[in-house]
Amino acid sequence: MAKMNPEDIKVILATDCGSTTTKAILIEKRDGEFRLIVRGEAPTTVEAPFEDVTKGVLNAVGEVEELSGRKLLDDEGKIITPTDGNIGTDIYISTSSAGGGLQMMVAGVVRSMTAESAERAALGAGAIVMDVIASNDKRLPHQQIERIRHLRPDMILLSGGIDGGTTTHVVEIAELISAADPKPRLGSGYQLPVIYAGNKNATEPVKETLGKKVDLKTVPNIRPVLERENLGPAREEIHELFMEHVMAQAPGYRKLMTWTDAPIMPTPGAVGLIIKTIADMEGIEAVGVDIGGATTDVFSVFRPDGKEGIFNRTVSANLGMSYSISNVFAEATLPKVMRWVPFHLDERDLRNRVKNKMIRPTTIPQSMEELIFEQAIAKEALRLAFIQHKSFATVLKGVQQQRTIADAFEQTASGQTLVNMMTLNILVGSGGVLSHAPRRHQAAMMLIDAFLPEGVTRLAVDSIFMMPQLGVLSTVQKQAATEVFNKDCLIHLGCCVAPSGEVKKPGPLMNYNIALPDGKVEVGTLEFGMMKLIPLGLDEKGIPLRAKAELEPLRGLDLGHGKGNKIETELTGGVVGIILDGRGRPYVLPEDDKIRVEKLREWMLELKVYPEGALARQ
Amino acid sequence: MGHAYTPGLKVTDKILITKNRILPLKGEVIVKKGDKVKPDDIVARTHLPGTVEPLNVANILGLPPEDINDAMLKKQGEAVKEGEVIARTKSFFGLFKSECTAKITGTIESISHITGQVLLRGEPIPVTVKAYIDGEVVEIFEREGVAVATWCSFIQGIFGIGGETHGDIKVVVPDNSTILTGKEIGPECKGKVVVGGSMVTADAIKKAAKVGAAGIVVGGFDDKDLRDFLGYDLGVAITGSEDVGITLIVTEGFGQINMAQKTFDLLKSKEGQRACINGATQIRAGVIRPEVIIPFPADIHARQDAGDYREQGLRVGSPVRVIRHPHFGKLGVVTDLPPQLLELESGSSARILEVQFKDGTKSIVPRANVEMLES
Repeated sequence: MAKMNPEDIKVILATDCGSTTTKAILIEKRDGEFRLIVRGEAPTTVEAPFEDVTKGVLNAVGEVEELSGRKLLDDEGKIITPTDGNIGTDIYISTSSAGGGLQMMVAGVVRSMTAESAERAALGAGAIVMDVIASNDKRLPHQQIERIRHLRPDMILLSGGIDGGTTTHVVEIAELISAADPKPRLGSGYQLPVIYAGNKNATEPVKETLGKKVDLKTVPNIRPVLERENLGPAREEIHELFMEHVMAQAPGYRKLMTWTDAPIMPTPGAVGLIIKTIADMEGIEAVGVDIGGATTDVFSVFRPDGKEGIFNRTVSANLGMSYSISNVFAEATLPKVMRWVPFHLDERDLRNRVKNKMIRPTTIPQSMEELIFEQAIAKEALRLAFIQHKSFATVLKGVQQQRTIADAFEQTASGQTLVNMMTLNILVGSGGVLSHAPRRHQAAMMLIDAFLPEGVTRLAVDSIFMMPQLGVLSTVQKQAATEVFNKDCLIHLGCCVAPSGEVKKPGPLMNYNIALPDGKVEVGTLEFGMMKLIPLGLDEKGIPLRAKAELEPLRGLDLGHGKGNKIETELTGGVVGIILDGRGRPYVLPEDDKIRVEKLREWMLELKVYPEGALARQ
Repeated sequence: MGHAYTPGLKVTDKILITKNRILPLKGEVIVKKGDKVKPDDIVARTHLPGTVEPLNVANILGLPPEDINDAMLKKQGEAVKEGEVIARTKSFFGLFKSECTAKITGTIESISHITGQVLLRGEPIPVTVKAYIDGEVVEIFEREGVAVATWCSFIQGIFGIGGETHGDIKVVVPDNSTILTGKEIGPECKGKVVVGGSMVTADAIKKAAKVGAAGIVVGGFDDKDLRDFLGYDLGVAITGSEDVGITLIVTEGFGQINMAQKTFDLLKSKEGQRACINGATQIRAGVIRPEVIIPFPADIHARQDAGDYREQGLRVGSPVRVIRHPHFGKLGVVTDLPPQLLELESGSSARILEVQFKDGTKSIVPRANVEMLES
C-alpha cells in the first residue's frame, strides 16, 4: 500500500485479531472531526480448518461493508485503497493477539533489579512473560536450565549488570540459556531470537556463548546505571522480532503484514500505547484495566515527580472471567467472592457453576442471581490483578536514596509503589464484564469496589473494546486516535469522591456543596458507611457535564489536599453521575453477616446497581 | 456473529480418525507405512539430552576463571563418570591438592574461561511414543513420528483428567441417570474403562483407582470431589498430566447431570470392546477435549461419509441442551428462533431462542447458553 500523508487521511479501517474474535472498525472524518462509523466482527481463523488469519479479517471487514454501505473489498477480496468517494479506505492497520499472543521469557542478574527491568520492558511491549530467570531466584542452575528448556517461548530478553560493571553474572545466565538450547514455540525451522540488553562490556562474551545457538540481537542496556531504566530500545526490538518471527510464523500473517500501512502490534502493547498517549496529552495520571476471559491486563501512568509519566503494564495470566474464572475463585477463595453477594448460595452448587463456566466459556448470565455472582467474581479478579500491578509498578529498586533529616519521619523505601490512588485522575475499565454490564452503574460499582479510588477520580469504560485499534492508530494519526477515544471509545460514567483515612465509628465524614449546571445545588453531609448518587450527565454532544464543588473532609480525613483540608474542584458527570463514597479508606466490609448484607443492599439500591426485586431474596 | 451457540461435542458410532504420534525431539521411527499397530506398540523413539549440572570449577579450586583450562583434566566433549576428578590444582611443589569431581555421569559440555563454569551433560534420557490406538500406520514423518488411522466409535468429553490409557468397556450402571458409587466398583474393574451414569462419587473414583481400573467415563462430577481427589483446586483447565492412577472423562459437565442418552447407548453397545481414552483437556485457544476412541477393523482407505463432519446451524426442531443456570442440564427442542435481541432477566440484551423441554414446558434461553445435540 502506498504511504499517505497523515493530514490527508479521511477514512481509516482497523482490525484487532483476537484469539477468538476479529474486530473491525471504520473511522471517518466528517464535519472536521474523526468519528467511529461502524464496527463488525467475525470469528478469528488462525486455527484449523481455516489456518489463515486473513479470512477472519475479510469476514469482519465484510460486516463493516454491509453496515456502513462503504465498499471496502474489491472483487478479488482485497482491501481497496485509497478512498474514492464511497469506495475504499485511506489506511488499513491491525493489532493481533491471536495464537496466544507474544510469549516471552526474560532473564537478568538480580531479580528485583535488572530482571525486573527486563520484565517491565517485555510487558510494556505487550508480551506475556512466561518466567523470569535470575541469578538469585532461589532455583538451582540445573532447575533453571530445565525450566528454560521446557518453556518454548517466542523470544528471550536477556539483561544484567550496569554498563561497566562485572560481566561474570550475566555471562553465567547466557551459559545457562546456551546449555538449555531452547527451541522457539512456533516452527522449528528458525533459531530462537534472543535480545541482549545488558552490560555493554559483556556483549562480546555473550555473543561467544550464545551466538551460534540462537538468533542473537544486541540493543543498548536497559539499566545502564542503577538509577535509570532505558526500556525503549529493547521494546522496539521486541516489536521488530514479533513481526519478523512470531507473526510471520502464524498462519496467514505474512499476507496480512503486506496489507497493513503500519506494523502489526501485539494487542496489549497497543492498548498501553493509547492509554499512555491520552495520559500524556492531558498531563494526567491514568489506570486502565482490561479484564478478558483468560487474563487481566492493568496499565498505569503515574507522575511521581509531577512531570514525566511513568508507564507500567502487568498481565495477570490466570485471572479472567471464563477460561480462568475457576482460578479467580481458587486464588480469591469463596468467602472473599461471596462477601460482595447480598444473599446466600450453596457452596457445592456455586463451585460447580464456576467450573461449568470454565469448561463452556461462551455462556452468559441469564438470571439476575447469576449476574450478581459473576460481577462479584469480577471484583475479586480486578482486585487481585491490581494488587499485582501495585507491587510491580514501583520506583526502581536497588537505588541508594539520599535522605535529609526531614525524611527521617517519612521514610520511603526503595521499590515503593508508584500507584497513588489519591492523585489518580481517571480509571478506565474494559473487557466484557465491564463494557457489557447491563447497567453502567454496575461497571462503576465494580471499578470502585475493586480499585478503591481515593479523593476525586473520574470513571469510564471502553464501549466496544476498540482501544487496541486506536493504539496502533495513534502511531499513524494521533489526532484521529484521540478524538475517537474521547468521543466514541470512552463511555464516561462520572466520578467517585472518596475521603481517605481510617474510620471506626459512625458519624459525619464530609460536608459537600455541589453546584449543578442546571442551577440546582446539592448540599449535605456524607455519613460514614453511606454512599450517595448525585445525577450529573452528559451534554448533547456526549461530553460530560461539570459541576463546581466544595468538599470539606471531616475527622482528619483527606481528599487530596491534606488531612481535614477543604478542596474546591470541578466534578465531571457521566451516564451514572457523581458517586459519594463514605465507606472510608482503607475500606472494610462489616464483619457481621446481617449488617454486611443490609449495607450491600443499601449501597446497591442507592447507586441503582440492581433492581430492588433482585436484592429481595435471602 | 451468526453462530452464537456452543456447538455440541462429537459423539458418533463410525468415523475415520487419524492420530499423529510425534516425538518431542527428532529421533527414530520404528514402524513402516501400512503396519498394523496396537495401543502399546512403540512407534518412535529418541533420546532427550541429559540433564545439565553446572559446576563452578574456578570457585571450587580458588582460581581466576581465565586459568581454569590449566587445571582441567578433561576436555570439552570428553566423557566423565560420577565422582571422577575433572580438575585439579597443585601448590607448594605439589604437596597440597585441590580437586573438583563430577557430580553426574555424562560428558563435559562446555568450559567457560569467563565465568569459570563447567557444564556437565548427563546421559541421554530415552523417550518412546506409543501407538495409543489400534490402527494402521498411514504416514511416516521422517525422524519425527507417524500418523495412525482407524475406523472407530468416537466420543468427545467436556472435561477430563489423566492421560492416555486403554481398557475394555464395562458399564456398571443400569441407565444414564444412575450415580456411580463405590458399591459398583470391584476387583472385576481392574484394567477396565468403567462407564457410569449421571455422576461419579469421590469414593467410587478412589476405589476404581485402587483396584486398578484404567479409566472412568461418566456424565457429571462434583467440583468439590475433584478438589478432594486431586488434593488441590484446579484453577485453569489444562489437564492430562495428573498422576492420579486413573483417567477420568466427564461427558456433560460439573454437578449431577445425565449422560446424553446417545453417548450412554453407544458405550453400552460397545461393552467388552477396547476403548482408548485420554483425559487431556485444554480450554484455551487450540481447544483439546478428552476423548474415547473405540477402534474397529475396517478398510481405512474407504471414503468417509462427508456428512459426518458437517456442522449445521440451529434451527426450529434442533435438539439442544441448556448449559447454564437456571435450566442447566435440561434437554429440549428449539421451537422458535426470533432474530431480534431480547432483554434477559439479568438486564443483558442477547439473541435468544425458545425451547420446549421434555416435560412440555417452554422457556426463553440465550443462544449462547445452549449446545446443539446431534439428532
